[in-house]
Amino acid sequence: MDATEIGLWGVPLAILGGAIRVSTPFIFVSLGEAITERSGRINLGLEGTLVFGAMTAYAVAVMTNSPWIGLVAAAFAGLCFGLFHGWICKFPKVNDIAIGIALMLFGSGLAFFFGKPFIKPKAPNLPAIPFGRWSDIPQVQAALDVNVLFLIGAVLSVILWWAFRNTRAGLIVRVVGDSSDAARAMGLNPDTVRLLATGVGGALAGIGGAYLSLYYPGSWTERISSGQGLMAVALVIFARWNPLGCFAAALLFGGAGALGPALQSVGVTQGYYLFYAAPYILTLIIMIATSSPTRSLAGAPGELSITK
Amino acid sequence: MSDSVRRAVGVETIGMTMRFGGFTALDAVSVKVPAGSFHALLGENGAGKSTLVKCMMGFYHPTSGDMLVDGREVKIASPKDASALGLGMVYQHFTLVPSLTGAENLVIAREKVPGIIDWRKERGDLAVFMERMPFKLPLDVKVAELAAGEKQKLEIIKQLYLGRSFLVLDEPTSVLTPGEAQEVLGLVRDMTKAGDLTVLMISHKFHEVTAFADDVSVLRKGKLTGTGRVADLEHKAMATMMIGDQPIAVLDSRAAPKADAEIVLKVRSLRAPDRTGLKSIKIADLGVRSGEIVGIAGISGNGQKEFLEVLAGQRPRDAGEVLVRGSAYAATRAEARALNVRLIPEEPLKNACAPKMTVAENISFRTFDMDGNGRPVSWINARAIRSFSARLVEQFKVKTASLSSPIASLSGGNVQRAVLARELTGAVDLLIVSNPCFGLDFSAIAEIRARIMKARNAGAAVLLMSEDLDELLELSDRIFVMSDGALVYETPIAGASVQTIGEHMAGHH
Repeated sequence: MDATEIGLWGVPLAILGGAIRVSTPFIFVSLGEAITERSGRINLGLEGTLVFGAMTAYAVAVMTNSPWIGLVAAAFAGLCFGLFHGWICKFPKVNDIAIGIALMLFGSGLAFFFGKPFIKPKAPNLPAIPFGRWSDIPQVQAALDVNVLFLIGAVLSVILWWAFRNTRAGLIVRVVGDSSDAARAMGLNPDTVRLLATGVGGALAGIGGAYLSLYYPGSWTERISSGQGLMAVALVIFARWNPLGCFAAALLFGGAGALGPALQSVGVTQGYYLFYAAPYILTLIIMIATSSPTRSLAGAPGELSITK
Repeated sequence: MSDSVRRAVGVETIGMTMRFGGFTALDAVSVKVPAGSFHALLGENGAGKSTLVKCMMGFYHPTSGDMLVDGREVKIASPKDASALGLGMVYQHFTLVPSLTGAENLVIAREKVPGIIDWRKERGDLAVFMERMPFKLPLDVKVAELAAGEKQKLEIIKQLYLGRSFLVLDEPTSVLTPGEAQEVLGLVRDMTKAGDLTVLMISHKFHEVTAFADDVSVLRKGKLTGTGRVADLEHKAMATMMIGDQPIAVLDSRAAPKADAEIVLKVRSLRAPDRTGLKSIKIADLGVRSGEIVGIAGISGNGQKEFLEVLAGQRPRDAGEVLVRGSAYAATRAEARALNVRLIPEEPLKNACAPKMTVAENISFRTFDMDGNGRPVSWINARAIRSFSARLVEQFKVKTASLSSPIASLSGGNVQRAVLARELTGAVDLLIVSNPCFGLDFSAIAEIRARIMKARNAGAAVLLMSEDLDELLELSDRIFVMSDGALVYETPIAGASVQTIGEHMAGHH
């Protein structure tokens, strides 16, 4: 069968493939942010963590020639960023959103500073599993080339969903996120729990960054992130702080992001730039559609500064 | 959870003294609560009740004094020590986590929680535990969806689940309906009688103390002013122990209502979405005449708050009309001014004040942009604001360090006095009030109720929404019951019975 024969079927296929490819960083960042926000704090700095994670992963992968060591390094860097955010926010009268914005700029700036020498060299990529080998259509094969991180992300979202209900740690995070007073009455220290939750959130965002530089697009440039870290925050709200919802929303955003390239690939030459904006327009539409002046957000953690 | 049923323990404080710097919050207080008794602790706000129980629970370290549990001297350095001895406390404000289910709340509160929770086993254990409990509760529902009474029961059950056998209840009925209060306290009373539990209840309400407690101790200004068997004491004696000989504002006698008085507030077929957006409130027909107080009773969450918000202009309405003296009222500043509509919402600090602005500024919100003749001014006169507020502060006895302190630094009673000063000064044709006395102490309550009655006698139409049925019975000329967003029952005060009103509140009709 000739590749061109699938014709317009190429569009949904490319969207599916794109959804899987583009969504992975969204999955990790939004799962990380979901953990942080469930503990009652917002980390807007994940955009900076994502970029710094991308740079760290790439640089370490170049130096060690192992993408996995790069991945671990990115997670560690993200952990440090998250802990830094959590540590600053534990001081009284510190606003977590303002600190987040500062860290977003700081993370990106630091990544550009250290990342300059790594723009040229080529790093080894993270492996993908070719689930499309049964087909001889190249588009199908391309679409079903699934990176291991996507699979890990999928499993992780299920585990987190389960853990929020069935583990001590999960319940403690929810207690702290919903009521600091109740947490203190139980002898928990909300600041410590939030510090750890922000740290874990940062580490996941770092992994999301590693995916960007080590798989798709697969190189380190200063423009590697197009706001995924920020959009992931909106996505968590859209997903109502539910890890499974985060996964689904990330797929949706990934699919929307793949719309432009997909249309371009089947020969739409006019106006496809507009479709590149699809994820951002989707963000806006979702935020408007799910907000209401008379109703508070269902499922929002009670201690979150934006919902208080 | 303790495996064996713990028996009640007796607790005694001996010469408990607590000083904060130069201030003596608690002065050599000795209270004895024998095992299996129901002890009431009475006192005004700031009398030292919470200081005393915080010392007992290990939140504070008393300056001097001893504690005995079951006759043995104990050292309680932290709340952990207290819980190890079986001492627990149910707070006035719920410490349950709203987004967790009852079962999750119980399990996570336990000292030892396994890393991975086996819900099947926990549910089984909880079912067995609940068998022994006098309350039946749905444990698989999120706490946020429980009624206040159910939350209060769950708080108590949580303490019992944690193996506590001496409970401090901090004003346990302040958020409950009379029926719920009766039920909860009755069941707790039965447990003390059976010897499973000892209770120390902090309360303001004499009738509860009389109905349920064995003994009572009264604190005033950090000193124990009286103690004894409840059976031997009259309300009057307890009140004297509580407030000493300071004068208490008395209600004006009710001027006879005129049947043909003008209907000031008229609400017709009003419909508005409620908080969740899923249901709506519907007020078919409500009229409030000049010179009468119309009370609206109801369990919180049945639409009273939304109704008040509509009247206050904080919530859009879907349909219907609100008329004040025959003209449509949309709660704009100009309309409120022209029609003399005044509002005293619940939680005044949050709903009627700008907390960080000064007392003077807050008091002059209604008048700051007008000159003496009611004409708008373009330059605000700070001196006029100060002298105006100074006069009102004096007149309404607002206790404040200075006129330029932020209003948030005042005590609850004084914030409410400041709001009353603002709202009741000048001509008042319609006064809308919601839970005006929530969380205030004895003398503040008496004074605020007296002010509302005075406004009524001066010819204002008063709409009073309250969760405190005693308050409604004391003040209202007519009482409506609001249930599930609608006014379901009306009675003139002469024929009002707590029983019938309670049944309508609970929606049993």
